[in-house]
Order: sequence, then structure tokens, then C-alpha cells
Amino acid sequence: MIKKSNSRKVFEVFNIVLMLFLSFIAIYPLIFVLNASFSDSNALLRNGGRPLWLPIDANIQAYKMVFSNKLLLTGYMNTIFVVVVGTILDVVLSAMCAYPLSKKGPMLNSIATKIIIFTMFFSGGLIPTYMLVKNIGLMDNIWALIIPASISTYNMIILRTGFSSIPESLTESALIDGASQIKILFKIMLPLVKPTLTVIALYYAVTRWNAWFDASIYLQRNSDRWPLQLILRQILIQNDVNTGETGVDQMQNVAESIKYATIIVATLPVVCIYPFVQKYFTKGVMIGAVKG
Amino acid sequence: MVKHGLTARLKRDLRINKELYLILLVPLIWYVIFKYIPMYGTLMSFQNYNMRLGISGSEWVGLENYRRFFSDPYFSRDIWNTISLSLKGIVVGFPIPIILALLINELTNKTFTKFVQTATYIPHFISMVVICGMLKVFLAKDGVISSMVSLFPGVSIKESLLNNANLFATIFIGSDIWQEAAWGSIIYVAAIAGIDQQLYEAAEIDGAGKFRQMLCVTLPCLAPTIIIMLILRVGAVFTTNNEKILLLINSLNAEKAETLSYYIYKKGITNADYSLSAAAGLFNSIINFVFVIATNFISKHVSETSLW
Repeated sequence: MIKKSNSRKVFEVFNIVLMLFLSFIAIYPLIFVLNASFSDSNALLRNGGRPLWLPIDANIQAYKMVFSNKLLLTGYMNTIFVVVVGTILDVVLSAMCAYPLSKKGPMLNSIATKIIIFTMFFSGGLIPTYMLVKNIGLMDNIWALIIPASISTYNMIILRTGFSSIPESLTESALIDGASQIKILFKIMLPLVKPTLTVIALYYAVTRWNAWFDASIYLQRNSDRWPLQLILRQILIQNDVNTGETGVDQMQNVAESIKYATIIVATLPVVCIYPFVQKYFTKGVMIGAVKG
Repeated sequence: MVKHGLTARLKRDLRINKELYLILLVPLIWYVIFKYIPMYGTLMSFQNYNMRLGISGSEWVGLENYRRFFSDPYFSRDIWNTISLSLKGIVVGFPIPIILALLINELTNKTFTKFVQTATYIPHFISMVVICGMLKVFLAKDGVISSMVSLFPGVSIKESLLNNANLFATIFIGSDIWQEAAWGSIIYVAAIAGIDQQLYEAAEIDGAGKFRQMLCVTLPCLAPTIIIMLILRVGAVFTTNNEKILLLINSLNAEKAETLSYYIYKKGITNADYSLSAAAGLFNSIINFVFVIATNFISKHVSETSLW
């Protein structure tokens, strides 16, 4: 056992303190928001900008308002629809792309790969894509959020790496048993790459949960179809708390804590699931890095 | 073995791999529709585009839209803002994940390391709307951050810090570091974990202390990863996070906050000047592409590390 030098010990203590400080900085904003969401709006105004360690005049008024806001509830429903349907479509399309490309045999694979990779570095841009969505009649339709934004080439490549690690002999024996390639893909290969599949499904789901921009340009006239994040933007950024039936006075009283409560309601699902799936997320970064 | 002609080989290949190609066809059609048709759509930047007539029916105007774009007084300002935000972001933000990874690597307690990583990755998963919403609240006149800033002598805050154009880069880059630095360090932590332990043992025998080992073993071994990440960052100097700009911009900070991607959005979506916006968009795409190719080329020759 080598004895640690004094300077080493000093460094280690310093490092631990620094890391604790950084961890605190990373999570404190959310703790602040959580505290503020359970606080009374007037008390918050009186508190000014002082940090919060506990809610002041704790109550759940803001959450009552949030959950009685029709727009927010439909937003929640729309987001869940987009996340579930979108993620399934993303994963299925990515798998159908990644599996054939993971094979070494087919002659056209290298050209297909080039066609696909090229789109990572060059794009038609905002307006031509917007016109395309308009021309195929998806304007003001929730599918405009789902289909055009489906495959992420980066995630597809991660999945291709996963497929190529599975021995070719497995496919061959299944082919001899008379299975079709599509059956091999969905019945044999996908279960085998489950860890990688989980990674990209989670990436897709988080992206879908957080997306708002496409909705802001494609669903301009159809607020019934707005996802949660777009309604959040309305409340947080444009400062428009449209609470519907409630009176104006009451609305202004709650406005501050409503903002915080909506942040919590929109963020909590992701943050709660996150620690349990963290190992998958980091794993994905590593696979992506190897193949980059 | 009989030597086949290319056509014969291709025919045989199509026959053998028919099923695989049919599967691939589905996503490939998706790529053609949603990636390649918009590339064809950039032709509208050479037209006086009329939505009713489409690209085949609209009047061709040559480079007129490009002339309008380049002579727009906002053109040089927005380009400058774009480059300035990106470069400041690289200079300040790029080294931080590397330093963080080196420090995380020096932690000896596994559980503590895990805790630090779990905590610092969280901001990465918060949506941009929420991040910017929090920024707006915290930077308001009596917000948490503003109150802390006002503790410094001689500073008095009369309005939201977001309204101060000169602070925009600091806010934009600072919050990006807060959100992404730890997540960005994962790749370096992984690379460090892959370093051959014998190198450290050899260095120790040569009398190198822990700090020397970090400088002379860890950093050189990280170099290829660092260079790849740098190529990606430099290749994207003309790309700013447009969602974030859109959420943070206001009439008071626009002077510094308006970037090329915001210009494209404003002209196309807000003003419905589709041809001009498509011209600016194509200009942006080409310049991005050239930059990735160029940085990759330079890196290939200087350091023998490249993306492809």
C-alpha cells in the first residue's frame, strides 16, 4: 500500500467538495421550482429573489389550478399520444433501416448508407420542409409532429452497431428453418439487441416529450392538438395564463406559483424515470462514440 | 470461379437479398420524402415562389433572393452574432466536459461518483421550454439570479437581465454549460476508462505523480476523442440552437440574439417570405457542409484523426 502524499489528500478533499458543489448547482434550480410550486404566490412576491429551502405558506392551490386547466390537460394527452405512437414508429423505422444495413453481403448497402449519412450533414432547411408538410396535407394535423421527425440517423447508427454484433450464423440458421427476414428481424433480432433498443427508445421518447418547435409551426391554428411543451411556452415564455373559467383576480394571485407547478408537472415524469434508466442513457453515448 | 459482369452480379445480389432490400425500402422512402424532397425544394430560393403554383409553376428569378439576402442590413449582423455565439461557446464550453471527466476520474468512491453523475446529468433531460422558462423567472428583476448578482457592489438591477443585450451571450452559453457540460463529459469518462492500465503503471515506475500521469498519460490518450468532438463543434459554428434563441429573444436583446437560424425562421414563418428564407436556408446548409468537410480535412492532415 502506497501512502498518499499530503498534497494528494488536499486535492482529493478539494475535488469532493467541488463535485458536491456542482451536483448542488445542477439540482438546486429544480428544488427551488418544487418549493415555489407549493408556495403561496403573494408570499413568493414578498420573498423576492431570496433562495427557497422550503415552501412558504405551503398549499396545493397552484396544482389545483394546473389540473383544472383544460388546455394543459389536453396538452398532456396530446403529448402522451405523440410520445407513445411516435416512439413506436421511430423504433420500428430505425430497426427496418438498421437491420438490413448491418449486413455485410448486400451490394447496395454502401450506397444506401451514403445516401442516409449525407442527410446528417446537409439538409433542405426549414422552409422547404415546411412546404413539404403543407403539400402532403399534414398541416394542423397531429401526425405532422410524428411522421416527418421520425428517424434520427444518429440513433439508427447506434442500433446498426447493436445488430452487427450478433453473429450472422443466427440469421442463417433461421433462414434455413424457413423464417422470412422480416420475421427474423422482429422475432429474433430485436429481442437480442434489447439493451441497445431500450437506449434508442428512451432517446426517442425524451426527444418526443420535450419537442415543441414543430408543433409551433405546423399546428398554429389547432391549439386542441398542442403538446404540453407548447402550452408551457405559452405560460412560461409568453406569460399568458389562460385559465379559462376562473376570474381575473384569482388568476393573477396564483400566476407565479402556477408557472412553477406547470414546470414540475411537465418535468417530473422524465426526472422520475431517469435515475432508473440512467445506465441505458450513458451506454448509448458510449456506443455512439465508438461508431461516431 | 467464373467472373460475372456487374449487371449479372447485381441481379444475383437483388435476388438473394430481395427481402432485406424490401425491408430497407420503407425507411429509405421516408428518407427520400422527408430529407431529399426538401433538398429539391431549395430550388424555390431561385424563384419568386408561389404556394399555389408550386416549384414547377413559379417564376424563376435567378439569384434575386440571394441578392436580397446578402444586401439585407441584418445579414452581416446576424452572421456575426452566429459566429460570435458559437466561438464563445467553444472557447468557454468545450474544455469544461474534459476537465470534469478528469476530475470525476480522480474520485475514488464508486457510490459517490455515481451520485455526482446522476445529479449532474439531470439538467440534460429538462426540456428547452422549461430551461428557458426557468431562466426567464430567475433572471427577472427580482429573480434568484438577479438578486445574487445585485449583491455585488455597484450593481443595481432595474429590469430583467434578459433585456440586456450585452449579457445575452453569457446567459445563452452559461445555461448551456449548466445543462450539457456533465452529459458531454460521459464520452471522455468512457474514453478514460478504456486507457490501458499498464501505461499508468509504467509512468508510476518512472516516478510520475498522479498529476503528471494525468498530463502525460490521460490527456494524450484522450486526444483522438477530443479532436473528434472539436471537429463536430467547429463544423457547427454556423448552427446555433434555434429553439433556445426563439425562446429567449425579445425586442431588447435582439441586437445580439438574432442569429442566422432565427433570420431564416423570421423571414419564412413570421413574414411568409418563403423564397428569401429558403435562400438564407440553403446558404446556411452549404456553409455548414463546407465547414464540416473543411475541419475534417484539416484535422486529417494535421492530426491524422478524422470523422471518415
